[in-house]
Amino acid sequence: MDSQFFLSLVVGTFIGGAAGYLGSLMLSKRMALVAGPLGHLTLPGIALALLYGFDVSLGAFPFVILGIVLIWLFEIRTKLPMEALTAIVFASGVAITFLFLPIEQAEAALVGDISRVHLTEAIISVLVAILLYFVVNKIYPKIILINISEELAQSEELNIKKYNLIYLGVIAIIVSLGVKMVGGLLTAALVAIPASAARNVSRNLVQYAYGAMVIGIISSFLGILLYKLAGLPPGPLIILASTLIFLISLILKK
Amino acid sequence: MENDLILRVRNLCVTLDHQSVIEDLSFEVTKGDVLTILGPNGAGKSVLLKTLLGLLPYRGVIEWAKGIKTGYVPQRLPFIKDIPLSIKDFFMLKKPSQKETVESLSSVGYGEDFLQKKIGDLSSGQFQRILIAWGLVGKPQVLLFDEPTTGVDISGEETIYNFLATLKEERALTILLVTHDLSVVYKFSTDVICLNKQPICYGPPQEVLTPESLQRLYGGEVKYYQHKH
Repeated sequence: MDSQFFLSLVVGTFIGGAAGYLGSLMLSKRMALVAGPLGHLTLPGIALALLYGFDVSLGAFPFVILGIVLIWLFEIRTKLPMEALTAIVFASGVAITFLFLPIEQAEAALVGDISRVHLTEAIISVLVAILLYFVVNKIYPKIILINISEELAQSEELNIKKYNLIYLGVIAIIVSLGVKMVGGLLTAALVAIPASAARNVSRNLVQYAYGAMVIGIISSFLGILLYKLAGLPPGPLIILASTLIFLISLILKK
Repeated sequence: MENDLILRVRNLCVTLDHQSVIEDLSFEVTKGDVLTILGPNGAGKSVLLKTLLGLLPYRGVIEWAKGIKTGYVPQRLPFIKDIPLSIKDFFMLKKPSQKETVESLSSVGYGEDFLQKKIGDLSSGQFQRILIAWGLVGKPQVLLFDEPTTGVDISGEETIYNFLATLKEERALTILLVTHDLSVVYKFSTDVICLNKQPICYGPPQEVLTPESLQRLYGGEVKYYQHKH
């Protein structure tokens, strides 16, 4: 196995697993689609990273933070539903990108490219994905309670603002990692599809959360393997592999 | 605070979105009381309960006796069925010991085997019981109960109110209950607050629920009240 392919496979499975795990939390708060607009908003950052030759996750991160702050500000200032606000942010991200990103570099920004990941980049991505897992694991029951009912969480004296902030922080990180793998266009699918498939077949929280993680890992593994075999872009293949698992989960649905 | 006094509320005002929801409400709750908060829809009943729990901003005084633990049973949890949650998972969100979980479940009449059931598969009566059991975790002395679904038979002939009456005796609970069901007040309460933004009456139901006060509370729609024979 050539080392570049191995690196891609390792990074892909770690990010895929962390994204699936966090996705199970996001799906329960109907937040999965928020990753979409945030992914789109990273596009100008990715464009800058591609033009100046630095890590796309690094380029993406400040733009995700900007997106989260904007959505949060809009939510305070207006009574518009979250979907409308995210749509505004999302379209703006795409529009800004295509003002200055050369079209020949658009593919990597839109659908990602894990096949050319460097060693240092790979080590950092894997470590961040592991750290992310532990943080999500720690906040998981608290966020579930907040998702079920903020009032119930408050009556349990949970610091909702603190946990929501940590939660948004991990979303920002996973989106930044995700764009490296599947690009700005497909990041929402990276978190939403494994969790949706796991929900179809699980009867309790452990099956659901870890099911989503395992499906995330398998999809990334299969997608990158297919890229090696077929020579098609890995980002879309990872997403299509998870879609296939989702379709199978529909058949197995309890 | 005087002996046996659990809660004292003085001149409570709650304003939400620049609209006054509760105006100048004062009352007291002593140990073992069942205080019912009665009123039409939109009268501020649930808001009062949430304010007492410290979930909403207010003006005035809310004074709980020292060391009082409260358990909250919400009206409904619309998002809970979005998540594949077993009853055990739901209890684990509160991090009780296994022993306490089993005790709370048995207080509402369920065995340990029930823990593996999926929340989404429960009937509304079963779910109501589970919510009460969840509220009992942590051994609260006061249970705040937001509008239990009236008419739900939680097992055979037993209604939620008979069930609560039994539970109150077993666990020496003080109960604050929100409802718009008048029959509950007579059967179950020691005191009642009639609330329609402003307090309309307060005291033992047999004394304060007069046709006049009910008329003021519900605006002429009342067809039922208990005669004092």
